[in-house]
Amino acid sequence: MEFVFTEEQQMIRETAKGFFVENATSARTRRAMAADGIDSDLWTGFCQDLGLAGVTVPEVYGGAGLGQVEFALLAEAAGAQVAALPMVGLAMASQAILAGGAEAQKAAWLPKLVSGSAIAACAGSEDLSAQGDSLTGTFQFVPHGASADVFVLGNDAGAWIVERSASGVEVTPHVTMDQTRPLVTVALNGAQGDKLSDGIAAMRAAREAGWICIAAEALGGAQEALDRTVAYAKERVQFGRPIGSFQAYKHRLADMMIEIEQARSAVYWAACAADEQASDLQLALHAAKAFAADTYAKCAGDMIQLHGGIGFTWEHDAHLFFKRARAIQSMLGNGNWHREQVASMILGEAA
Amino acid sequence: MKLGFSATEEEFRRECADWLNGQMAGEFKDIKGITTLTEKAERRKEWEQQLAADKWSCIGWPEEWGGRAATLAQQVIFAEEYARAGVPGRVNHIGVELAGPTLLAFGTDAQKNRFLPGIAAGQTIFCQGFSEPGAGSDLASVRTKARLEGDEWVVNGQKIWTSLAHISDWIFVVSRSEEGSKGPKGLTFLMMEIDQPGIEIRPIKQINGDAEFNETFFTDAKCPADSLIGAVGDGWKIAMGLLAFERGVSTLGQQMGFRNELDEVIAAAKATGAAKDPLIRQRIAKAEIGLQLMRYGAMRMLSNTDHSKIDGAALTYKIQWASWRRGLGELAMDIIGQSGEVADGDAYEWSVLPNLFLYSRSDTIYGGTNQIQRNLIAERGLGMPREPRGDV
Repeated sequence: MEFVFTEEQQMIRETAKGFFVENATSARTRRAMAADGIDSDLWTGFCQDLGLAGVTVPEVYGGAGLGQVEFALLAEAAGAQVAALPMVGLAMASQAILAGGAEAQKAAWLPKLVSGSAIAACAGSEDLSAQGDSLTGTFQFVPHGASADVFVLGNDAGAWIVERSASGVEVTPHVTMDQTRPLVTVALNGAQGDKLSDGIAAMRAAREAGWICIAAEALGGAQEALDRTVAYAKERVQFGRPIGSFQAYKHRLADMMIEIEQARSAVYWAACAADEQASDLQLALHAAKAFAADTYAKCAGDMIQLHGGIGFTWEHDAHLFFKRARAIQSMLGNGNWHREQVASMILGEAA
Repeated sequence: MKLGFSATEEEFRRECADWLNGQMAGEFKDIKGITTLTEKAERRKEWEQQLAADKWSCIGWPEEWGGRAATLAQQVIFAEEYARAGVPGRVNHIGVELAGPTLLAFGTDAQKNRFLPGIAAGQTIFCQGFSEPGAGSDLASVRTKARLEGDEWVVNGQKIWTSLAHISDWIFVVSRSEEGSKGPKGLTFLMMEIDQPGIEIRPIKQINGDAEFNETFFTDAKCPADSLIGAVGDGWKIAMGLLAFERGVSTLGQQMGFRNELDEVIAAAKATGAAKDPLIRQRIAKAEIGLQLMRYGAMRMLSNTDHSKIDGAALTYKIQWASWRRGLGELAMDIIGQSGEVADGDAYEWSVLPNLFLYSRSDTIYGGTNQIQRNLIAERGLGMPREPRGDV
């Protein structure tokens, strides 16, 4: 049994944790929230100084050639600080191009994504028609789309790389509840795309990488919500004693930890199953996305409740966690949808 | 980080499975598939002897005491294959999993010689005398008294919830040996033979109609002076050490039983048409996910070699599985509906799913209630202040 981190994984974990705790500060994140939702210096630092953005990308394209377990550790550490970064776009677009792109497409784009010189966003939509490589359609709720230099867009009919600068690409930003990951609508009106050779594989890889990324973010966020609430429980005194000594409070913290420990198992199981291409990979992915997202939402909600009035203020960071958690619950398939996929595996299709 | 077991470990798994399946297809065919603790107790004592004869009874013990000095992974694999082969639970599981490891850790050589072979061979069945009517969650408030008279300990008092006392040969007893002492101080851990005039066992009927546990009364019950484990006054330390053995290797074997129960629930959902109900589908998916996460949580816990820090997976495991199983019992009843409200025959006896519904209410109580678990998680895992004690 070796369901524990290797020394190298442990090192990546410590490094990433230290990096995000030091750099993804509340003040910096809030500056990004007031602008385009990306802390550009942090992204540059992550891609270039830390050099870990390409952890899952083969070395020949500028990456580290490691796996989803290592990526999950990065996303977990970033998620713990609610870092304002285009992480999920990187995860989805790079895996889509890796899985479905031709050699030239990989060579053209992966080094740019890994070095941070191009920001990517990825989305699927049924509203897409292609005449040759001329694309018309609408993609909704695309994360960090306003900052993207390149999109990977598609559905079961195919997937295309579309440059932001191409004519016929219209990006409409929206005021978004989670300001660390603002959403846009991308409308294509006869925009030129570069078709990936295996669109189905590309979109599948994008989805799977996206689930692992946001599940890991959720795990990190949930743990941090608990840790910060625990710290508050020790220092805040009411009725002459720390509020953490009240059983009603303690038990709620315990319930958070119980969920988080399961979410932790779920995320590492899914990431490991992806790296090993295990037979239960799909089950693991649906379990991880559904469970980790719900755990984060519960813990962030409890964080507000257990902080009392201060937790409801804009000034306190609790709402950053709460809004990120809600966004993760809704994106890339909600919990009910993921659980229905699990039910279908066990019980057959719904009537 | 890896999901599975190594090739050598998988080879060991085949060896376990071959032996267990051979036994269950051959001489012990008649006990295969029994799920209760007490059914066919005599035949199951013979099964214990067979296990010991082929050195499969206590594989984690050192070789000199009849074990195989098996690694943690090997013990886990054996527990999984044991459950998978449909072998009934160990009638002496308290001896094998609790008394034996306690003796190995704290016993003298003479005590090890006296008890370990019999425990391994199912000839010395043990039960646990911890809880009392006034000492449940607050275990340290035991009032059963022990006093040394000449070369004998004389014990007076009452224990409760003593599972399997009615088929046991020995009981280990935590008792107050220091007059006037309070709480964890002044307690002593004794091994006592049950078949004596001073010990009386009365069964307690449970909500499912079975009677697996008992009240045990001690009226000038006796045991020789050298029956204590550790020193006089060490009882609490020994008892806590023993409770730590309760977790661990048996968990993955236990999960094979949970798998079988979930499969029964899934089969019932298909048979009744409940499998088409979107709400039931959500709950079955949640149960499946919960069981998988229990498995990977146990894998994390058992793979962990860094014992310098609190292991969150281990600390939260009890409340996790207990709550999961209780939820599964409720889901089962929602699926089978009123057919679960009527027994198959004339007796107040229940088939697997209604019995799961009733029995699982005990899971969130014994071995530390869910409320005590939450205290432990908050205090040990999160460093919250301890519960204040009232004056006793």
